[in-house]
Amino acid sequence: MDQTPNIAANRLPPDMLARNFSDAHPPLTAGQATIESDRCYFCYDAPCIEACPTGIDIPGFIKKISTGNIPGSARTILESNIFGGACARVCPTEILCEGKCVRNTQEDRPIQIGALQRHATDWQMRTGKQPFSRAPLTGKRIAVVGAGPAGLACAHRLAMQGHDVVVFDARARAGGLNEYGIAAYKLADEFAQKEVAFVLSIGGITIETGMLLGRDMTLTSLRADYDAVFLGIGHAGVRALGIAGEYFPGVHNAVEFIEELRTSPTKSDVAVGRRVVVIGGGNTAIDAAVQAKRLGAEEVTLVYRRAAENMSATTVEQEWAQTNDVTIRYWSAPVRIDGTEHGVASVTFARGLAKDGRAVYDQGNYTLEADMVLKAVGQLFLPDPLAEDDIVIEAGRIRVDAEGRTSMKGVYAGGDCTAGEDLTVAAVRDGRNAAEAITAALMKAGN
Amino acid sequence: MADLSINFAGIRSPNPFWLASAPPTDKEYNVRRALEAGWGGVVWKTLGEDPPVVNVSSRYGATRYNGQRMAGLNNIELITDRPLAVNLAEIKAVKKDYPDRAIIVSIMVPCVEESWKRILPLVEATGADGIELNFGCPHGMSERNMGSAVGQVPEYVEMVTRWCKQYTRMPVIVKLTPNITNILNPARAALRGGADAVSLINTIQSVVGVDLDAMAPMPVVDGRGTHGGYCGPAVKPIALRMLGEIARTPDTSVLPISGIGGISNWRDVAEFLVMGATSLQVCTAAMHYGFRIVEDMIDGLSNWMDEKGFETIADVTGRAVPNFVNWNQLNLKFRTLAAIDQEACIKCGLCHIACEDTSHQAISKTLLNGERHYEVIDEECVGCNLCAHVCPVDDCITMVPQPVEGVQTWNEHPNNPMRKIPAKAG
Repeated sequence: MDQTPNIAANRLPPDMLARNFSDAHPPLTAGQATIESDRCYFCYDAPCIEACPTGIDIPGFIKKISTGNIPGSARTILESNIFGGACARVCPTEILCEGKCVRNTQEDRPIQIGALQRHATDWQMRTGKQPFSRAPLTGKRIAVVGAGPAGLACAHRLAMQGHDVVVFDARARAGGLNEYGIAAYKLADEFAQKEVAFVLSIGGITIETGMLLGRDMTLTSLRADYDAVFLGIGHAGVRALGIAGEYFPGVHNAVEFIEELRTSPTKSDVAVGRRVVVIGGGNTAIDAAVQAKRLGAEEVTLVYRRAAENMSATTVEQEWAQTNDVTIRYWSAPVRIDGTEHGVASVTFARGLAKDGRAVYDQGNYTLEADMVLKAVGQLFLPDPLAEDDIVIEAGRIRVDAEGRTSMKGVYAGGDCTAGEDLTVAAVRDGRNAAEAITAALMKAGN
Repeated sequence: MADLSINFAGIRSPNPFWLASAPPTDKEYNVRRALEAGWGGVVWKTLGEDPPVVNVSSRYGATRYNGQRMAGLNNIELITDRPLAVNLAEIKAVKKDYPDRAIIVSIMVPCVEESWKRILPLVEATGADGIELNFGCPHGMSERNMGSAVGQVPEYVEMVTRWCKQYTRMPVIVKLTPNITNILNPARAALRGGADAVSLINTIQSVVGVDLDAMAPMPVVDGRGTHGGYCGPAVKPIALRMLGEIARTPDTSVLPISGIGGISNWRDVAEFLVMGATSLQVCTAAMHYGFRIVEDMIDGLSNWMDEKGFETIADVTGRAVPNFVNWNQLNLKFRTLAAIDQEACIKCGLCHIACEDTSHQAISKTLLNGERHYEVIDEECVGCNLCAHVCPVDDCITMVPQPVEGVQTWNEHPNNPMRKIPAKAG
């Protein structure tokens, strides 16, 4: 990003930056894991399993930790979710498994399922091996577009089932949002790349980077060259604010700021403003705001249109921002951004409230001075790469059935480019399930 | 405020809490700390003849259960490994400084009259209040025809008890081994020999676990293990049964009982008392947490006695014994049913799966307004209590006794081919 007196890199010394972007939630010790695993009641037909999009046998893997059967525990997790390591770190467990833990009812303190999952999967990754091997080769070749969690989960399952897979991705590195779109301290120490290597170690998967759908290949050509195609192409677009001043220097998309951080090994070359305003209410807004603060911004204000409970970032995420000295202002809609050709100066918001169940912004305006504005009001699926193809887009996403089939024969899709929760864990489920459907279809065809 | 003092077979103690003959009572230093902490008395770790025994290094093995340390403890330590004269001098010094406490000395010498005749006056000269005959130690000493090797032969129990009564004026407590099939046989032998009281249980023969790397029983001593004596909370149920057996049997019921076996808190104490004990001996709990645990025992028991209106230990001793009967005296017409407090239920499903897989399919699992819902099917419930035991929430599942019409025990039951047919009236 362009640097101005108010937007600069190196605001903090290197050792402080290193500390600020290291693992935000360090792993459990073996002792802590044992104590925590003993707390699990081993519920029957457990609500936590139902709450996990990938349906991991949570009581099963926790029981195995308590008995010291860590290899068995890791396998239980990974056979449902090959990205169990990333999900242990980035899942909003407070609204998924941990949110449904029966101990919430009893004592308001759920089992730390995410931390235990990390304990077991970290062990597996330290072994440098994965617990799965490939079935006898089928001779089938499948193309996967997008090397994010959905695409790689699909590729892994397909490889396990004996197919050969080629994964295409437009970027320089595989990993998708795990590599480019999540706060650095959530997946510290190059975890995303290590996990990609772990997933690929099953064999039979080739990664082709720098390959953009619609530019370097088309769906029709892939369909012709491969036995099946899976699309895990995510969101390529970001929503605009649609207000005046959106293009002054210093106004950026939060996803680009996060990506810049993720591609910088030291963070010392990433510029940040003194007074940063982040607009939005999801995890991207939180990740951008907290990282701006940790880069050395003096004041970071996260501004959201509605109330705390309407934010898609969970209460835990909001509190994480607040304990990182980010100010959150609710019920404020952006009205305009003021500045000059040299840079942004301020953002004006309209105060609102709920009237008859609707948000109304008629409570007067206020202005926040800012030298950097990060926009995080949502990401969009861009159907452009598929414009030439005969595939049905519905409500802005690729239409799929329960097995991940699109309207085009032999073409499947999953993850953020299809409808549903925009979560890593949901993308993994989609990819895995599509792989099962692809195998069932190819094997049923009997050829 | 309840009076906790006792007179146990002539041995006076300000409270019924004694440390059992074991490592905590091996030395003057430990014993003084215990008495300062408030213990009513100690049974000094077993004295033997010189030269003293030699103990191994690596002495204890323990059972862990779901994170609970020392749910059971196993030891392969023998009797005191210090010279007799040293122990005797220390006992004398302690008794002199703590005249109000019960100082009892555990003894184990070969089954030879001369040996007992020789040691008893030496012990008596310390001013000790009584002796306990160690007929229980199930490892090491039993290989030398002492400890449980004596306790397992009623004739020997009787013979040695008689020698002791003959050669000392001190009250004689016979410590019984649980490593037998019928506890009444050695208890009766002690009674015949003139014992003033019995104490039980000593430790249970055990292999506490196996080291899967060393391929040897634990605790491992240079690559090998041996069986040991098991104690701690895990053995309490076994102890309570044996205690109750002696307390409810008319001829042995005259023996004062010092209860031993996994006693860890005042609640355990109360249970041992109502099953027939007058004094209590503790070891594992003290070895786990230190001597300070006696504080809770003292005021917990005292508070409970106040609440129940019991003024002395004698008011408590044996309260539950009349209700400890053989199975054939239980009322077969009694019925209790599980009831789930739906407000307290946390929906873990453990009651359902326990009943469904292993019992009577009496707890249904349904969805009620989208929530998991577990309900007792009264017609199928046999009142076994399993669901109430597996439920992790206190008082969520309660067993509700149903109205009973009359009494019918197995003795009168039509299915009993041996039933007693009441004589016809007139």
